[in-house]
Amino acid sequence: METTVVDDSPVLRIRTAVRAREVVPQAEVAAQPAIRIQGLNLAYVDNHVLHDITMEIEAERVTAFIGPSGCGKSTLLRCFNRMNDLIDGVRVWGDLSVMGLEVNGAQTDVIEVRRRVGMVFQKSNPFPKSIYENVVYGLRIAGIRDKPTLDAACERSLRSAALWDEVKDRLDQSGLGLSGGQMQRLCIARAIAVEPEIILMDEPCSALDPIATVKIEELIYELKEKYTIVIVTHNLQQAARVSDRTAFFWLGRLVEYGPTADLFTKPQDKLTEDYITGRFG
Amino acid sequence: MSLRKQVQRGEHLIWLTGTALGGSLLMIAGLIAVIAVNGLGSFWPRPLVRLALTDGSVFLGEQVQSETIPDPDHPDHPKRDRIQLRVGNRDLLGFDFKWIDADRIGSRELPLAVWYVERREYGPLFGTPVAIKSGDREVAQGEEAAARLPELVARAAGDRAAVRRLEKDEIGDINHRIERARLELKRLDFEAHRAPARDLSKQRAALEQRTAAEKARYQVKQEELARLLDSVAGTFVTFRTADGTEKELRSLDIFRAYPANELGTVGRLRVYLSRLWAFLVEEPRESNTEGGIFPAIFGTVMMVMIMSVMVVPLGVLAALYLREYARQGPLVRLVRIAVNNLAGVPSIVFGVFGLGFFVYFVGGNIDRFFFPESLPAPTYGTGGILWASLTLALLTVPVVIVASEEALAAVPRSMREASLAMGATRFQTMLRVVLPAAAPGILTGLILAMARGAGEVAPLMLTGVVKLAPELPLDGHFPFFHLDRKFMHLGFHIYDVGFQSPNVEAAKPMVYTTAILLLLIVLLLNLTAILVRNHLRKKYQTLAF
Repeated sequence: METTVVDDSPVLRIRTAVRAREVVPQAEVAAQPAIRIQGLNLAYVDNHVLHDITMEIEAERVTAFIGPSGCGKSTLLRCFNRMNDLIDGVRVWGDLSVMGLEVNGAQTDVIEVRRRVGMVFQKSNPFPKSIYENVVYGLRIAGIRDKPTLDAACERSLRSAALWDEVKDRLDQSGLGLSGGQMQRLCIARAIAVEPEIILMDEPCSALDPIATVKIEELIYELKEKYTIVIVTHNLQQAARVSDRTAFFWLGRLVEYGPTADLFTKPQDKLTEDYITGRFG
Repeated sequence: MSLRKQVQRGEHLIWLTGTALGGSLLMIAGLIAVIAVNGLGSFWPRPLVRLALTDGSVFLGEQVQSETIPDPDHPDHPKRDRIQLRVGNRDLLGFDFKWIDADRIGSRELPLAVWYVERREYGPLFGTPVAIKSGDREVAQGEEAAARLPELVARAAGDRAAVRRLEKDEIGDINHRIERARLELKRLDFEAHRAPARDLSKQRAALEQRTAAEKARYQVKQEELARLLDSVAGTFVTFRTADGTEKELRSLDIFRAYPANELGTVGRLRVYLSRLWAFLVEEPRESNTEGGIFPAIFGTVMMVMIMSVMVVPLGVLAALYLREYARQGPLVRLVRIAVNNLAGVPSIVFGVFGLGFFVYFVGGNIDRFFFPESLPAPTYGTGGILWASLTLALLTVPVVIVASEEALAAVPRSMREASLAMGATRFQTMLRVVLPAAAPGILTGLILAMARGAGEVAPLMLTGVVKLAPELPLDGHFPFFHLDRKFMHLGFHIYDVGFQSPNVEAAKPMVYTTAILLLLIVLLLNLTAILVRNHLRKKYQTLAF
């Protein structure tokens, strides 16, 4: 309650958000990177989308990707679990390894990659099935039929996604009957049911109201104890609130990457500074 | 509001569009009304009118219709009326409908004690029962005979059922087994021909013994049947017709008899309902103009079901390939156009194809390899319910493909991505997410296919429909489903009864009733599919993305 200055500028609000967080001592940062990217390029037909991205994403941390629309941050995210395979005409070259697994290798089993790298989408997309079936979907397709195992996984995942108390009495009802925030948490529960090592989140809160957003953010904060999280967001305050490290992309290039606090308080690059202060957008 | 103003506001189209819709609805409602009134009205027992003509002749019958026709012979009376009377008694008169000019009618009355008698042959008989004979002994006369007639008719129905049971079920079973043994013997001949070294005499002896046993049983049953016929066929009823002729009828041949002018409303309703029921559950008589149409109902429903079972997997798999696997390009576009055009090919073309390909080629080869013993009599190499269903499946598969493709395309991309991102294979995604979500749309395709398939007649005429099938394609004889059998179909029944019947006038009500039944069955089949679809929709409802 020491400050009485009312300043509405976004920069100040972001910086306040950064400062208000418990600062993780940098010494504890794990040495082993979860994702290692070396000179990664992506082209869609003739359109060169990602240019020579080189970065390392640390394990059990939250990394935020920010940048204006069309800068390639979602595309990069979708490289990590090869979701870009679904689009005809996409070419990827350069090195990309996730948990030591060569993602784009000729021998790489894409199913294996996707089992180890879960994903939460911008718009919540639960299946038109019951809540229970939604959560255990990943286990079912992995061939697990044992009911007690599935039940246990369902409860564990829903608890981890902070949804258990809200839905435990209606697991057999459609997942589409939930509210927007609950649906998104259901999708998170579905993603963590198969115990991935990394969770990719593609603007997970962009379709949610502020209260639901707060819940998801709290959830992200808890999940990073166990999982490596990469989150794409347009909401700079959100990036500031939830992430340990932030990467700023611009026109398919990685412009600046560093600890969130540093990036928001003393950006090294002019572009970054312009972006976070709202001078372009 | 003036038209000019409406045109200015761009609202004048409301009238045009509304009129178009109204016109369509009116035509459909009119069609259904005409069919329903003519069809359902034909079972209602009408009064029997007795007309004495000025020339002294007397006719008794149901008035069917009346009309006014021009009369060129009388310049001062340019029009005259005439009525059409169904006089029945075809065996006595040689005709059963007669046009009578109104000015030739001397007197007109509704006599009591005249009966409408439905019998095995020659259409209805109109007359008064005068005597009942059992063997050579007369047991009732005059009014007593009339009083005992209903009881006699009821007993005749029971006797007919007993005879039928014996003939069709028991003797039919034996015949069936004898025929199977005969075919197995022929097959042994074939084997002997192919491998002369093998000793087949043991099997042959066993088969011959079996045949002999069945033949002995057949004799016993035949005698039983003869005894039964002797015991039930000895009762005769004598009727006197309007012109005084007497006609003796075996009571076993009387299907229904009622005093047409003595019935109250309840009595008429009972006759109506009993006729309606008989129409639904009995077999046809009198070259299909009388009796029921159960075999046709059965054949239609079974054919549509077999068609559905064939067309859904075929159509869905084709749609899956087109939508999920095929590389979207000019070739796929071409295939799509071709599929759409296939839906517009005249159905008779499919019939010709079905005859040439399914019946002659596929069926002929099946016969050659699997049923050589019954050749040259074809088993599958002739029209049958399987080939008819397959032909219709081919005819309707474009509808299913188009509908399924649209349904698959409507499954949101995010749903597939969610599944794939979970590590599901493409196949798992299709099976667990895409297909269930597309199921309602696929069922819509099936509904359209069924509606088209159930009403199609032309291709069936080439691939297996007949005017009278002695046996249903599903019965108690092994292997129960006889997909090689010919079958009856409501649509073909309408054509056959209405236009190929020797007695078109008598068959007219049958055409209408059959038409309304066909409509009802199509409606019922569709309704079932719609209910299933709604259930699925609720279950797999997707968010609108």
